[in-house]
Amino acid sequence: MPVTVQTPQEKWTGKVREVTLGATASSGGTRKQVVTVGGESTLPFLTFEGSIPHPPALALEVQDRFPADWSALLKEAWGDALRDPAEWAKKAEEAGADLIALKLQSAHPEGDNTDAAHAAAAVKAVLAATGLPLIVYGPGQADKDNEVLVAVAEAAKGERVALGNCEDKNYRTIVAAALAHGHLVVAKTPIDVNLAKQLNILIGDMRLDPDRILMDSTTGALGYGVEYSYSVMERLRIAALTGDSMTQMPLLSTTGEEAWRAKESKVNEGVPAAWGDWKQRSINWEVLTATALIEAGADIVVLRHPESIKAIKHAIAGLMG
Amino acid sequence: MALSGLEIYKLLPKTNCKECGQPTCLAFAMKLAAKQADLSACPYVSEQSKAALAAASAPPIRLVTIGTGDKKLEVGNETVLFRHDKTFFHKPGLFVRLTDKMPMAEFEAAVAKVKDYSIERVGITMRVDGIAIENASGDAATFAGFAAAAVAKTDQPFVLMAATPAAMAAALEKAGTAIPLIYAATAENWKEMADLAAKYKAPLAVRADSLQALAELAEQVKGAGVEDIVLDPGMRDLHGSLVALTQLRRLALKSNFRPLGYPIITFPGEGADSVQDETVRAAQHIAKYAGVIVLDHFEPAIAYPLLTLRQNIYTDPQKPIQVSPGVYEINAPKPESPLLVTTNFSLTYFSVAGEVEGSGKPAWLLIVDSEGMSVLTSWAAGKFDAEKIARSVKQFDVASKIARQKIVIPGLVAGLSGELEEELPGWEIRVGPREAIDIPAYLKAWS
Repeated sequence: MPVTVQTPQEKWTGKVREVTLGATASSGGTRKQVVTVGGESTLPFLTFEGSIPHPPALALEVQDRFPADWSALLKEAWGDALRDPAEWAKKAEEAGADLIALKLQSAHPEGDNTDAAHAAAAVKAVLAATGLPLIVYGPGQADKDNEVLVAVAEAAKGERVALGNCEDKNYRTIVAAALAHGHLVVAKTPIDVNLAKQLNILIGDMRLDPDRILMDSTTGALGYGVEYSYSVMERLRIAALTGDSMTQMPLLSTTGEEAWRAKESKVNEGVPAAWGDWKQRSINWEVLTATALIEAGADIVVLRHPESIKAIKHAIAGLMG
Repeated sequence: MALSGLEIYKLLPKTNCKECGQPTCLAFAMKLAAKQADLSACPYVSEQSKAALAAASAPPIRLVTIGTGDKKLEVGNETVLFRHDKTFFHKPGLFVRLTDKMPMAEFEAAVAKVKDYSIERVGITMRVDGIAIENASGDAATFAGFAAAAVAKTDQPFVLMAATPAAMAAALEKAGTAIPLIYAATAENWKEMADLAAKYKAPLAVRADSLQALAELAEQVKGAGVEDIVLDPGMRDLHGSLVALTQLRRLALKSNFRPLGYPIITFPGEGADSVQDETVRAAQHIAKYAGVIVLDHFEPAIAYPLLTLRQNIYTDPQKPIQVSPGVYEINAPKPESPLLVTTNFSLTYFSVAGEVEGSGKPAWLLIVDSEGMSVLTSWAAGKFDAEKIARSVKQFDVASKIARQKIVIPGLVAGLSGELEEELPGWEIRVGPREAIDIPAYLKAWS
């Protein structure tokens, strides 16, 4: 029976901005390579109606103190490297990371409360240990983030580091630091399209080049709100492709932190047998959260387990076709 | 695709007789278009118009039922490409492939394992939907024996997979009344397969390697009297299947292309190079448009994350999942541990419970029924006020669990503390942090 199949094509008018992390010697940094993300002119991996110039980049998280609160599975996977951020970053690079996401957890006021000089030294040590571009996170407490990230921006001058998180309550100091020293920022907002746009506008008002902004629209792990993150990313990406310039920044997801916070990954005592093998389940928790969000539009995913990054790399290769 | 009011009006008698209860035929047509009236209210509509309206109101993706009884699976009838546009309605069925080359005892054990697997999450029981039996032996009698064993062992729906109509006929003779999904009609065997599907009124999968060939095959099968069709576009890699399944969904919804307006079956294990790879593919098929997913591996550590993803993606964005109201124990609390109260919106619960758990400090968490709304929303809607909190404290007999009558309310509703003191005489009302993330610090400082 002859039938004619004419597949509908979307004609998008906008595209995602290209953002480059890291700088090599020729552009004033010391990175061995740079990583460019974004540039999509179509929905994730639908290359029949647009282009996906860069595959999503994968970062591995490194902390500047021993992460005592992490799952035993992560401690087992990384071993003694967890005690030295430089060593840890080296191992992360070997494990296949495109980027290192260094979290300055030791600066947390409720924890070791280390100072700005300590943060700057940690960043320098990691920069020396790896040739990969960096994302640097403060401890997640507004005042302290400001304090340490200003010092980090100065210490990493020229390296085109992404500084995070810029939130509505403390974007000014961090954006100013990025402006002064040629860095990028991670703009984080709670699962909402309009809040994400608004923060981008505020940051833009401070004259930071939009090619220096990454958006983190907040990640919920599998079983802990991943559907909200998934839909907000799909909506942001559709808005970007329809031409809304304040949504055209690449998307970042902190999948690793969220997936490994889930009870399913963290513990194995007293859990139902139907949860299955602990390690396999935990890796799946991180891998499925990441791949679902990559298919919704994530450009950078920050991970924690070396096996997850392998599986996700493999999936990205398959998705790129 | 649904007709507009004016298009429907053209099919009505246009006599304005008012017998339908509407003042004019146009008004009735508008009600029909808005699905606020039923065509049967019009006594004079012609048979021809009835047929035209019925065809136009058919869903763009047909609802297909596999199996019978309580456990039957309904897939299809989706209306959007993105869940945020409305919701995804019919969760894809997860099936586990077994073959008729397995030892029978092993087969029966696997059937039971699939059937008995269940897991509860936020008050919802999640299950794998059934098995697929593949005629790997190539022998019709063997295949029929396994189909008979499946009928005897499980009331879950199943898929029968055979290349030859002879094997399929033998199996259907034993298991046809269970209404299995027949896999698959191809360019070579479609006639016989379609006859079998029509005979047993069972749904039939069609497989072809291009959308063009698939549409032609589906039309041929439909012409032979089969209406319940499931599509296999043949693509097995991640990129190819994403593109094919997206195009199928768009053809049905955006072009109202009837020949491909059916649910889709996928085989994530085919072409996968590891169990991990298969799981990633299955996850893609859950989010992007499959109706039936046949796995090659079944282990709890795979099933649990996949079922969770399916539940998440198929949650109605307008109706958030709620957790059951009650008192939750976190980190083995003792009578002197703090008592925190919040709402039953699942994300609120998970944020708060997650932070308390992460803090390592024991606490009691009282969850009030706020009808699934977050703290500020439910407070604004009057679903999370002092009276409601006090009622929950009494309903769940919280006082008997704790040593001192102290309760911590969310910082966002600090204004409730005065009223709550009146509702709970003798209790000390404390105001906690505004954000869940600040709970660990708060608990650390607790005394």
